[in-house]
Amino acid sequence: MKKNIFLMVVFLIFPLAMQAVDNLFYVSFASRVMIYAIAATSLNLALGYGGMISFGHAAFVGAGAYAASICIAEGLTSAWLGWPAAMAAAALAAWLIGAVSLRTRGVYFIMITLAFAQMAFYLVNSMKAYGGDEGLTLPQRASNLGNEVAFYYVVLFILFATLLLLNRLVNSRFGRAIIAIRENETRAEAVGLPVFRYQLACFVIAGAFAGLAGALLASHGKYVNPNVLHWSQSGELMIMVILGGVGRLWGGAIGAAVLLGLEHLLTDYPIGWLARIAPNYQDHVGLGVGLVLLAIVLFAPQGIAGLFDRSKRAAA
Amino acid sequence: MLRLEGLAKHFGGVVATDGVSLDVVQGEVHALIGPNGAGKTTLIAQIAGSLPPDSGSVFFLEKDVTRASLHERVRIGLARSYQITSLFRRFSALDNVALAVQARSGSSFSFWKPVAEETQLFEEASSILHEIGLFEKKDQAAATLAHGDQRLLEVGLALATRPKLVLLDEPMAGMGPEESQRLIALIERIRARVTVLLVEHDMDAVFRLADRISVLVSGRILATGRPPEIRANAEVRRAYLGEMRGDEVAA
Repeated sequence: MKKNIFLMVVFLIFPLAMQAVDNLFYVSFASRVMIYAIAATSLNLALGYGGMISFGHAAFVGAGAYAASICIAEGLTSAWLGWPAAMAAAALAAWLIGAVSLRTRGVYFIMITLAFAQMAFYLVNSMKAYGGDEGLTLPQRASNLGNEVAFYYVVLFILFATLLLLNRLVNSRFGRAIIAIRENETRAEAVGLPVFRYQLACFVIAGAFAGLAGALLASHGKYVNPNVLHWSQSGELMIMVILGGVGRLWGGAIGAAVLLGLEHLLTDYPIGWLARIAPNYQDHVGLGVGLVLLAIVLFAPQGIAGLFDRSKRAAA
Repeated sequence: MLRLEGLAKHFGGVVATDGVSLDVVQGEVHALIGPNGAGKTTLIAQIAGSLPPDSGSVFFLEKDVTRASLHERVRIGLARSYQITSLFRRFSALDNVALAVQARSGSSFSFWKPVAEETQLFEEASSILHEIGLFEKKDQAAATLAHGDQRLLEVGLALATRPKLVLLDEPMAGMGPEESQRLIALIERIRARVTVLLVEHDMDAVFRLADRISVLVSGRILATGRPPEIRANAEVRRAYLGEMRGDEVAA
């Protein structure tokens, strides 16, 4: 408990401290990390707790990002309108994609979610009215949250609300049901659980929160383009979940912080001796990230969150 | 209570069940026996709802449930246990049963209230663990239980759904004689309130427990009757019991 309060205070003071030293870049960077934390946490609900290995989660982030952006582009700038709209659009997309995909299992499920996400990617590429492949630049953030510190607090609040909700959800009847389905689908059905219905509901909730992350992402950069739906984005979210801890409350958040932090460090801070040997190594940060991922998978299969509580099993 | 009419299932050219008609009467322990490959497990799967028959009908409590799904049938009181143990392996014994109780008692579309606060759920699960004799091991993960205990938990999961009819698919599979006694005793305890359709190879158990026995050979019911009738039936002896050792037939 003390640890949590300490953590909370750090999160609250951070932007003020950064403002004091006039370094708003890191406030903006932290907002971006937290937005990805929300997206990765939503994927963790479907993948980690629900056992649904979705390789198309970027489609729901994208659905939210575009829905929110279109609202702003059309002059409906209130976040109270745009963000719920983003969640609704993403939930609808998740419902449509899930209703079809959840009739398959295993590798087929992975491939069909990927295929749907690619279809969505090409769909937004062809939306000429909203920028097509060039993307859509927004005149302002939702509800005019131009102030980096204010925006940070909004994102922080939403991240913690998401984590609180996830924590309640996985310990509720619904959570027990989806975890049981992950553990043994046949048996879950045989004790009377309508498996498909619960999986679909879980998928839709995860999609809605991915959509919310998408809306925040569009506001953060005041820009959206089809690349938020690219399959590599789905992969990146998946890497975050695996890094942080599959089926662990903080898994998505930790994974997002570590992956984005690592990418930032490798890109923006050249390592002298390495740069002398390979001058353009920073064009290939993926290699460094890959090595870290490899180390995590080999030495900490429970993810980074798993290192903190070795005694406990993941959400069992 | 349960009525099967001409249930048939083919896998390619292989006939698994070939027009099975069978009546299970309320309150009885009805044993289904037959040599390996006779189609017993396929028949159980069709009754439970995990395998759609090619033709024929399943009536449960006078309702046609042929098209009903597995979970729908559980809801109206038709539950099963598996021949190959199928548990939530990482859940504790108590959580296994509590989940089955939860599935039975209302909707699981509840997202906020912690399950841990639903005391009546765990009280009922505890009483089932007492009944199957696993209460002392309630906090042990299902995967770490001994084989015999896992088999008992398997039956416990089916009972937790409060079935009117329970299909037990070889509950004693892989059990030693002493462990089998625990299961026989359990079935003796529940038979007053649950109708049982028992698939079992252990002839000792079958003849001790069954009110009636049906013999399934090559996907067909060869005979149905009281244990002495089955034991005396020449056709049954030839087709099935003849394979068994003489003393077992006499048992």
